[in-house]
Amino acid sequence: MIKKNTKVFSDALTALHDFQSGMTLMSGGFGLCGIAENCIDALTQMNVTDLTVISNNIGNSGRGLVKILVQDKIKKAYCSYVGGNPDLEIRMLNKKIEVELVPQGTFSERIRAAGMGIRAFYTPTGFGTLIAEGKEIKVFDRPCIMETALHADFAIIKAQRGDTFGNLWFKETARNFSPLMAMAAKTTIVEVEELVEVGEIDPHDIHLPGLFVQRIFQGKNYKNEIEFLIMEKE
Amino acid sequence: MAWTNTEMADEVILFFKPNTSVNLGIGMPTAVAERIPDELNIMIHSENGVLGVSGRPSKNTVSATLINAGKETIAIKNGASYFDSSMSFGMIRGGHIDYCVLGGMEVDAARNLANWMVPGKKVTGMGGAMDLVNGSKQVIIMMTHFSKDGVAKLLARCQLPFTGLDVVDIVVTELGVFKPNGSKFKILKLANGVLMSDLKIESTLLE
Repeated sequence: MIKKNTKVFSDALTALHDFQSGMTLMSGGFGLCGIAENCIDALTQMNVTDLTVISNNIGNSGRGLVKILVQDKIKKAYCSYVGGNPDLEIRMLNKKIEVELVPQGTFSERIRAAGMGIRAFYTPTGFGTLIAEGKEIKVFDRPCIMETALHADFAIIKAQRGDTFGNLWFKETARNFSPLMAMAAKTTIVEVEELVEVGEIDPHDIHLPGLFVQRIFQGKNYKNEIEFLIMEKE
Repeated sequence: MAWTNTEMADEVILFFKPNTSVNLGIGMPTAVAERIPDELNIMIHSENGVLGVSGRPSKNTVSATLINAGKETIAIKNGASYFDSSMSFGMIRGGHIDYCVLGGMEVDAARNLANWMVPGKKVTGMGGAMDLVNGSKQVIIMMTHFSKDGVAKLLARCQLPFTGLDVVDIVVTELGVFKPNGSKFKILKLANGVLMSDLKIESTLLE
């Protein structure tokens, strides 16, 4: 009898059971929007250090990945914007962490490239700037710099709905980097607000096919924090 | 009289053709969103993954997962769409976004922009700015005319690290509208009552 293949885990700690020190981790979300809250909380309880973290902001306003940043578990970070993250700015100034700032479009494309089997690409973004230092330059219609794919051992992402095969549906702008990271990591762990059976999400509505997801669990206690609440004028 | 931020936003909007798309940077350019007339039918793009931003949400529509690139809550209009960051920057890098409006620290006559870091100071990162200046069809810089030290930010050559080379089309400050043409700044308009001498730009740099 063939054992039933299941990707479903009980919670973040069991899904992250083989995540180890020294590994490279991708973490989805833009600011605090769409972050894998349960997985990040689990990482605060795990004895892992020397991590390389690939995430657009490495948390914000003392929240999100800042929780493991302040535990000094991150050795190196790839990100595009750290404004609004004073804990990271201080560690950068004190050289307690190595940070590679990547233009956001190049950042997303490097992650996408890894998932798509593209080794490198040329882009005009960053040409003539500090970002271009040490990179190969090639002139097409304009001068371009070569950027290489960004891979990871694990990705932790959050979706609003997912089925047991790992097909995902994201709400509004919560999608951001998450589908790209799911494709770029060897092991992708997804936490969902609502875990459903296969067939319950219409195939037309699947934003990321479950092929790219290795583990999935029903998340809990979501805060879904808003960084800057601005309402229309009455 | 120097323009207010709102008046500067209106000057920016004069460059927008109907039925186009625009990406607005964080900071001063956010003032543009509120001033765009509905009849221009412009789709506002936010690089975190939405096209069709329309102002701020009501109590009924506010959502933690509906934000702009400044991480502020937003509303959307009919025709809006959501997508991932790769598609979002494909729109930018692929030349599908008509205008981007960004803040600036320095712009030079050679159309270079510096707006992302001051060496030795706190670094925030470039975010999407380097992609936006290289990918948008037209790059409009909306910034204060003078630095905190009172020096004009329109220069012969940027002193701060570049964001992009040969990318700036238009500069709007509180004193006027300028077009860097490679060697000089062409004055397209001055705010009422502003004199050439108020600009504090070498006359050899002006046209």
